[in-house]
Amino acid sequence: MARYILGRLLGLVFVLLAVSAVTFFLTRLVPGDPFAAGERGLPEATQAARAAKYGFDQPVWRQYLSYLGSVVRGDFGVPFQAPTTTVVELIKDTWPVTIRIGLLTIAISYPLGILLGFVAAVRRNSFLDYFLTFGSTLGLVLPNFVVAIWLILLFAVRLDWLPTGGWGKPEHYVLPVLAYSLAPTALVARYTRTSLVDTLGADHVRTARAKGLSNTRVLTWHVGRNALIPFVTVMLPEIPNILTGSIFIEQAFRIPGLGRFFVTSTFTRDYPMILALVLLVAVVWGVTYLLTDLLYTLLDPRIRL
Amino acid sequence: MAATAEARRADPAAAPTLAGAERRAGNTRRALRRFFQQRLAVAGLVVTALLILVGLFAPQVAPTPPEATILMDANRFPDRQYPLGTDAIGHDYLSRVIFGLRTSLVVGFAAVGVACLIGIPLGLAAGLRGGWVDFVTLRLVEVMTAFPGILFAMFLVAIVGGGVRNIVIVIGATSWVMLCRLTRGQLLTLREQEFVQAARSTGVPEARIAVAHLLPNALPPLIVAITLAIPTAIFTEAGLSFLGLGINEPTPSLGKMVADSAQYIRVYWHLGLFPTLAIALLMLGFTFVGDGLRDALDPRQN
Repeated sequence: MARYILGRLLGLVFVLLAVSAVTFFLTRLVPGDPFAAGERGLPEATQAARAAKYGFDQPVWRQYLSYLGSVVRGDFGVPFQAPTTTVVELIKDTWPVTIRIGLLTIAISYPLGILLGFVAAVRRNSFLDYFLTFGSTLGLVLPNFVVAIWLILLFAVRLDWLPTGGWGKPEHYVLPVLAYSLAPTALVARYTRTSLVDTLGADHVRTARAKGLSNTRVLTWHVGRNALIPFVTVMLPEIPNILTGSIFIEQAFRIPGLGRFFVTSTFTRDYPMILALVLLVAVVWGVTYLLTDLLYTLLDPRIRL
Repeated sequence: MAATAEARRADPAAAPTLAGAERRAGNTRRALRRFFQQRLAVAGLVVTALLILVGLFAPQVAPTPPEATILMDANRFPDRQYPLGTDAIGHDYLSRVIFGLRTSLVVGFAAVGVACLIGIPLGLAAGLRGGWVDFVTLRLVEVMTAFPGILFAMFLVAIVGGGVRNIVIVIGATSWVMLCRLTRGQLLTLREQEFVQAARSTGVPEARIAVAHLLPNALPPLIVAITLAIPTAIFTEAGLSFLGLGINEPTPSLGKMVADSAQYIRVYWHLGLFPTLAIALLMLGFTFVGDGLRDALDPRQN
């Protein structure tokens, strides 16, 4: 077990190296200079000094190595778009906003999705089931920026109950969390239904009923535990997605979270910020996948690592 | 599918015999029947077919070319002359939506085509050859998975620039992973099955095993995945364009129309409503067709 985890962590390090290298060389390939001169260029000497300060006068592979060196020491550099702070500070300031929205989204959508999926599975092929299937497909496929626009139109513009966007007050949470919750709720509901339906028809459940076990015990112990496996497959991988934020939601509701940096950093060629964001997301993903695989072994003894 | 496997096991080296061909036709017919029994799938197929027709004949269907503007008639609400109104610079909004639909469809199909061209051969190579080919492919897949999908697409767009052709390439280049993994996984499961081992033991060449025995059996899940990849590609294009990193003016894009409508939506509600409706119909149509195909092609469903 320990050996397996160690191996996976080493694999993660390899992936991070590859991801950082690809991103690093891609950013250097992007046409356009983060310090592109405006109408009046800076003097040659100043430009050269600035290039030297950020290491742009060095060959790219050497820039990459020195970047890796400082990353290991926890120094991700200074974002070009906010030179008075550091990348680490900027992320520290904005990620909590995104995480708060993300946690609220998870807290609402997962229980709600489980409930809806359960209802649909128990009342299979009823009108309610069809309605929920249609609704969850709709929720799953509608881009959340489309949902956001609809919500703004309805609740902020027509009914004037809530602000169209912004940040700071409790009411600013409502619409973004609502828009953000729709897809995970739909996803969880769909998978809960499918895996419950599959498990309810399984032989071991029939055996459990034949043994005369109480309905509650069959549902919690024999059905619930097995239905959890596909659940782990879809729900856990959603978590990093939700926690690293939606570019679209933050853009649509003007939320000062992490998500907007994905866009602004690309537009402004903010190399240090882009690299830090990509690495952050890659780490969150890698850890989640590892946890998912470990959870499998707890839930299903047939799965061996 | 089981029936075809049975037929092959009896006569592994032979070309598909008449009986085999007939059985396969029977399988297809059964799958089609199962597909048409599902109401949501049929509704999705009708909607999708209609949208494709509209997109295909956009120049004939739309009242005006997509770039045509009449500044005098800017910011009109839907009325008899302009069924979906006009936007801030006097585009006939119906034409914009129709041509936006066309853009979405072109990007959806072409990007998935690119993804297939990359993902399926790689998956085939990894699944058939194994060894270092498999190792390299898996590592590549791992790295691609670690990149957050739309983020990688954004970087690529920043490098190569927007426009329909580049968006198609970028979405294709970032979405082949799923197809590659699926192809490889299918091959790994099939490779160990008895009918394949039987074929191998009777001396059927590897290439023939791949084409005649593995591919037809790996096809149904691939068809489903490809169908469901189309709405995902459409989604990505709309998202990139929403962020301003996708299709450029004057080509209409539904995603960009939604983004542009945000600043006018307080008054001109139609600017937001109609492109979102078009996106919703597109996504729903393709998804229901894909879901229906999955249920119809799954041999366990009976």
